[in-house]
Amino acid sequence: MADATAKQVLFEPIFSNNPIALQILGICSALAVTTSMNVTLVMCAAVISVTAFANLAVSLVRTQIPASIRIIVQMTIIASLVIVVDQVLKAFAYEISKQLSVFVGLIITNCIVMGRAEGFAMKNGPWLSFLDGIGNGLGYSVLLIFVAFFRELLGAGSLFGFSLMPVVNEGGWYVPNGLLLLPPSAFFIIGLAIWGLRTWKPEQVEEPDYKMSRHTTKEAF
Amino acid sequence: MEHYISLILKAIFVENMALAFFLGMCTFIAISKKIEAALGLGIAVVVVLTITVPVNNLLYNSILREGALDWAGLPNVDLSFLGLITYIGIIAAIVQIMEMVLDKYIPALYAALGVFLPLITVNCAILGASLFMVERDYTFGESVVYGFGAGVGWALAIVALAGIREKLKYSDVPEGLRGLGITFITVGLMSLGFMSFSGISL
Repeated sequence: MADATAKQVLFEPIFSNNPIALQILGICSALAVTTSMNVTLVMCAAVISVTAFANLAVSLVRTQIPASIRIIVQMTIIASLVIVVDQVLKAFAYEISKQLSVFVGLIITNCIVMGRAEGFAMKNGPWLSFLDGIGNGLGYSVLLIFVAFFRELLGAGSLFGFSLMPVVNEGGWYVPNGLLLLPPSAFFIIGLAIWGLRTWKPEQVEEPDYKMSRHTTKEAF
Repeated sequence: MEHYISLILKAIFVENMALAFFLGMCTFIAISKKIEAALGLGIAVVVVLTITVPVNNLLYNSILREGALDWAGLPNVDLSFLGLITYIGIIAAIVQIMEMVLDKYIPALYAALGVFLPLITVNCAILGASLFMVERDYTFGESVVYGFGAGVGWALAIVALAGIREKLKYSDVPEGLRGLGITFITVGLMSLGFMSFSGISL
């Protein structure tokens, strides 16, 4: 990746190398915060800023970190950034920070941040690392917003809290699908999103572990 | 006693770390291809959670929380903003110490858990349990029970998923859904199953 251009670094993770759909990173704190668009957007902004600045900071000190304690150093950098984000949210968006509850803190263990710091920022310069952080944060956000869009629209008939499809309880016509507000639906939507993404970009399809031998009529008799 | 039993059942089934709160999902999905591996990781998580949650509870109550430093003559100090960095530090340290102790005294267990121990530091379920403990204001006794219960719940879920995935590899899944996609949908169905516990009031 030494000759990777800034543009590639920034845009690759969004669809071609999506952190959630392909790298299996950062699923942890993602799913529980997708019941409404407002909360999701705040979460995305938090993750993007933490990933970008953590990458930047790690990349700046990368030549000074002894290899044996690099995980602890990265962890400390990330944890400090998350504390800043947490305090900012508590100060300026208290309601939303209550809804996010422990999930802001969990950005620390969000594998995207660690994974990119370890996998990219340790080997590349500050500017590229910063862009890589933003790119991966965006890739994460795209999938999260996609999930939140369907969950809020079909689950509560609204977007950003504005009612788009008036629900039956309030005299409208839309019968909200309560299942979409419950945890399992997030898994289904992500599973289907991955299916869609891989149909569009077939090179991401995984090899099967086990293949059934071709059915031959001769053996059957 | 009854209170603790209901707390442990709640932590295992109703508020299952993996299937109700999506915590520890990365390792949950990455290490669930084989039952043995899943079992090893599950046990490691139970052990680490049972130790870290009470330790963090002690720290929070005697140093970090508002007014906790009263004994040192500092009644107005509120260090709770340092919570996150403290918990993760404690978790990393305990995992490291456990690794060394196991290596020295119980090499068989160390060999079995070996690869999974370092992974646990970045498992969100561990940090998540500590954060929930703080948010819900558990006492020391409750935090021991909660840590254990949360670990057992997570272990149960990952072993169950590994069991399903071992069978699943023989089935003919549509191309784009193969691997990660179908795993997500399976986890969704499992989570739906665990939802049925949520009606139980303890």
